[in-house]
Amino acid sequence: MEVTTAHYLVLSTLLLFIGTVGILTRRNIIVILMSVELILNAVNINLIAFSSALQQIHGQVFSIFVITDAAAEAAVGLGILIALFRNKETIHADEIDLLRW
Amino acid sequence: MSIDSILFYLFAVIILGSAIMTITRRNVVHSAIWLIGALVGVAGLYLLQGAEFLAGVQIIVYIGGITVLFLFVIMLVPVREEALTHRFSSQKWIAVFCSVVVLVILMAFVVHGGGSLEFPTREAPLEPGSLTKNSEEVGYVLFSEYLLPFELASILLLVAIIGAVVMSKTRKSETES
Repeated sequence: MEVTTAHYLVLSTLLLFIGTVGILTRRNIIVILMSVELILNAVNINLIAFSSALQQIHGQVFSIFVITDAAAEAAVGLGILIALFRNKETIHADEIDLLRW
Repeated sequence: MSIDSILFYLFAVIILGSAIMTITRRNVVHSAIWLIGALVGVAGLYLLQGAEFLAGVQIIVYIGGITVLFLFVIMLVPVREEALTHRFSSQKWIAVFCSVVVLVILMAFVVHGGGSLEFPTREAPLEPGSLTKNSEEVGYVLFSEYLLPFELASILLLVAIIGAVVMSKTRKSETES
């Protein structure tokens, strides 16, 4: 059975699904940030699959930018997390309700 | 089954299994360790697709950088007892239902449109040695066609560094009071 681009798309969709479930269901913000990383990896799988299928290098270059963004996002997100913990003494998403009416 | 197919399914199982373990583990440190497994699997997929440079970047940046950053922050933030028993929020079943709806829609797209993903260029066999120049090609395109986005990405990283430092340092007034 030949592995086609569609196989990679199915895999990346499943990874996106797992990441989404993680973001929406977990209480711990650190795990939510990890789920964001999973979703960004799903994006990268797509980009690489198409890059390989079309024999073009541009998908790989885009992947590098996605990885850069993931690094920046992790740094800023964890910085926010530290500041949040200092002020609210919690890292649980459902206990942070400053903007809730 | 060719060796490529076997490796693909092996990496797919590694990625999906590790990802599920990442979002379900009680201990956050275990989540981080399982996340490493998922990232290694993705790096393997990159190797399988002939993107060696990205596989290296994935290992170095994701596992060597981001996961270690996660572990540092986990170390800095204490864990409460109650967090170990209630790790999912109260809306979890609604959230899973909505995610499944999105998954079904996306899967319908992939399954129905799967036939149009057969690109004619894929049939052309790769020249021997064409994969060995992967880093060279990525570097060339990155510094010619994508030079401006590349520089913007460096500015983004600078801003992220400054932002992270500013947000996580204690202000002088707070420490005095």
